[in-house]
Amino acid sequence: MAQAAIELIGINKSFGAVRANRDINLEIARGTIHGIVGENGAGKSTLMSILYGFYQADGGEIRVGGKPASIKTPNDAIALGIGMVHQHFMLVDNFSVLENIILGAENDALLKSSIAKARSELERLEREYGLEVDPDAIIEELPVGLQQRVEILKALYRGAEILILDEPTGVLTPAEADHLFRILKQLKEQGKTVVLITHKLREIMAITDTVSVMRQGTMVATRETKKTTVEELAELMVGRRVLLRVEKGEAEAGAVKLAVKNLTVRDSRGVTMVDDISFDLRAGEIVGIAGVAGNGQSELLEAISGIRHAVSGSVMLDGKPIDLTGKADPGELRDRGLAHVPEDRHHVGLVLAFEENENSILGYHDDPRYLIGPFLNVDAIMADAKDKIEKYDIRPGNPRLKTANFSGGNQQKIVLAREMEQDPGVLIVGQPTRGVDVGAIEFIHKRLIAMRDQGKAVLVVSVELDEIRSLSDRILVMFAGRIVGERGPEATEGELGLLMAGVEQEAAA
Amino acid sequence: MSTPYAKLPAWADYGLIPLINLAVAFIVAGFVVLLVGENPFRAAVILVQGAFGKGTGIAFTLFYATTFIFTGLSVAVAAHCGLFNIGTEGQAYIAGLGIAIVCLSFDSVLPWWLTFPLAIVASALVGALWALIPAYLQAKRGSHIVITTIMFNFIAASIMVYLLVGPLKPAGSQAPQTRNFLAGAELPKLNWIIELFGAKIRSAPLNVTFLLALVMAFLVWLLIWRTKLGYEMRTYGHSPKAARYAGISETRIIITAMMISGALAGMMALNPVMGDQHNVAIDFVSGAGFVGIAVALMGRLHPVGIVLAAILFGMLYQGGAELAFEMPAISRDMIVIIQGLVILFAGALEHMFRPYIQALFASFSPRSVGMEAVKGKGA
Repeated sequence: MAQAAIELIGINKSFGAVRANRDINLEIARGTIHGIVGENGAGKSTLMSILYGFYQADGGEIRVGGKPASIKTPNDAIALGIGMVHQHFMLVDNFSVLENIILGAENDALLKSSIAKARSELERLEREYGLEVDPDAIIEELPVGLQQRVEILKALYRGAEILILDEPTGVLTPAEADHLFRILKQLKEQGKTVVLITHKLREIMAITDTVSVMRQGTMVATRETKKTTVEELAELMVGRRVLLRVEKGEAEAGAVKLAVKNLTVRDSRGVTMVDDISFDLRAGEIVGIAGVAGNGQSELLEAISGIRHAVSGSVMLDGKPIDLTGKADPGELRDRGLAHVPEDRHHVGLVLAFEENENSILGYHDDPRYLIGPFLNVDAIMADAKDKIEKYDIRPGNPRLKTANFSGGNQQKIVLAREMEQDPGVLIVGQPTRGVDVGAIEFIHKRLIAMRDQGKAVLVVSVELDEIRSLSDRILVMFAGRIVGERGPEATEGELGLLMAGVEQEAAA
Repeated sequence: MSTPYAKLPAWADYGLIPLINLAVAFIVAGFVVLLVGENPFRAAVILVQGAFGKGTGIAFTLFYATTFIFTGLSVAVAAHCGLFNIGTEGQAYIAGLGIAIVCLSFDSVLPWWLTFPLAIVASALVGALWALIPAYLQAKRGSHIVITTIMFNFIAASIMVYLLVGPLKPAGSQAPQTRNFLAGAELPKLNWIIELFGAKIRSAPLNVTFLLALVMAFLVWLLIWRTKLGYEMRTYGHSPKAARYAGISETRIIITAMMISGALAGMMALNPVMGDQHNVAIDFVSGAGFVGIAVALMGRLHPVGIVLAAILFGMLYQGGAELAFEMPAISRDMIVIIQGLVILFAGALEHMFRPYIQALFASFSPRSVGMEAVKGKGA
């Protein structure tokens, strides 16, 4: 192995009583791509934040290029040649690419010379790494894949030799992700070191040279990628064997429960987000809607669940229309047997400041079971919450705990428990496992399939192609507000990826 | 990346931190007293003795506290629904009109215990109606409630000035106020409660409205944490999107919360008008509505906290008046400075010392910080 670019020795970090990192030892060889995998809350982000100077380690040593380094702020990290591409981009939307790149690295009070220098530097970087992007384009007009490229350019412009990428492919199409990987490989060939944080094991296998697995704050293993398997990594992450693909029988589709016809939805700016969509959802089947985030799936879900106003079209629930004026009472739709697990559980599906038991009745707080006259029936609500905690293995099992203190997976279980336990005829689920760890994903998938097997109609919208493929009986692909194709679960990822990217629209339609 | 700060045990959160904030406010105030050439320790003694030393002082402190409990509750109810009702002042002021109508009409025919319930209803109703218009504008037109309620404070003040120098003023009187109420609109004093404990009272305005305030504090607790309506208000207050998702009507919840808030603000007027002055005079609210904002913030929007914070501000009012009397160098304006410092440290800078205290707790006993629940231990 080549000389180590970064060595972490005995890193410890606690937040209060939680030990986010304990005795982490890690050596990352220069000129390699090193993956770090682990569940949410395993300590990956904390470790990288220590390396990038956001947090200070409680103990331990960081060596960069063999020399002990003291990294107190991101500026120290940048000076040492460490660059970071965040999961959520740190770009100014209404600035041009160039302006974003020099942001924080302006040399003069006047921008002119900095911009000129950046422009020539950018051309060089483009040539060397194949990172083409129009330097004068405005960020908000660029697709996310290019925005991410700008983030990478920003790090390189600051002289990064070591590039950390935090969940870089979450927002990309498969094709964009492939392009990113090509860029990373090129960076590696030029002698840069890349650290890739992800929970997608497939990506790890495809691109990394070595991979380290974290679990509950400790580094449990480091493997050469060539000598490990997805199954082994998953087991290391969770600490037990995991079924990566849910097992399910054939669907027995029944009567049409939800019929969407010529639905068109515009967003607040008047842009058409859902364009003349029609499909049926039958009892006893799971229909998955695949697509890159932002292609109208969110608006579709909101329109069906009565939250968003639709311009035209109709949605029939059990043969009766849903009010699409945007004034529909979601409470009434619940009474009619339509349950909705929203995409954004932090702001929509849950009130994070509430106690767990309070969230377990959100939307069903009109139900006489939970009320005595105008008063809340606290005993009944608590008993109900405890019951759901048990059935859905929500941890920690304390209904009085503030919801914000639950992990992402457990928060999602709170929402799912609430919606599924109402025994709805139709369940629509947005991003069932976003920000949810591997162990809980398995649990949630099993539950969704159990719902289907009970004869419920389930509509799943997800940007995770693997999830769509493993859950769905039918897959609809959305692109630019339209359904550009319908495929069976046996469709290959490449085929779906092309549809998601809007290629082959003609052939599909 | 979650928040790096641990949670504190409840007693530190609700007891220690407010006390530290208060102590700092008094230390800074002490320096101000020192600057004007008085002895801060003697000033502190006078302040506390003035407020709690004698029976009369206690009665005055609780009289002021009554007013602040109402306005504090009013601000808190709106705040739980995510609304900043800055119009408590105006709602209380205009409610004086409702009380005046009831009292001037019935004080010669009804006994106080019949006039009082009528006046309660009238004050609450007028206060609620005064809050209804800004609430409607917020819910239907998106006009910001802070702006509209401030404007309604001015409108209320102008209307009251017009009425009190015109229609409501007895003919021939030079004072901008209604005629004095008769016995049928005078509320009984509560001084006997304090006398039960052996203290002597000369004359003090503490009256039955204090008990009404305590009842309302309990009812507000019931409303916020034990009713469906309170649940809906809190949901909307924390996340309007979650409320929409849960099928809670935005219009209805905004209007309801603001009207309850306005009603509580309106009831505040009962205390000075029927309990003390026995007339409606110009500017009888005199800033109590704004003190209510500080009281609500300091009381963490919880009725128990609000009652305690109201008593603290009652103490500052009463003790401050004594202080201004005893120490000539300390004027009325100095007292306002001290009150301002309390608001600054206990309200606006509430979280200033939190990180240090949390770090202290975490270093002494990590267990006490109650972090076992946080992520990492879940599934």
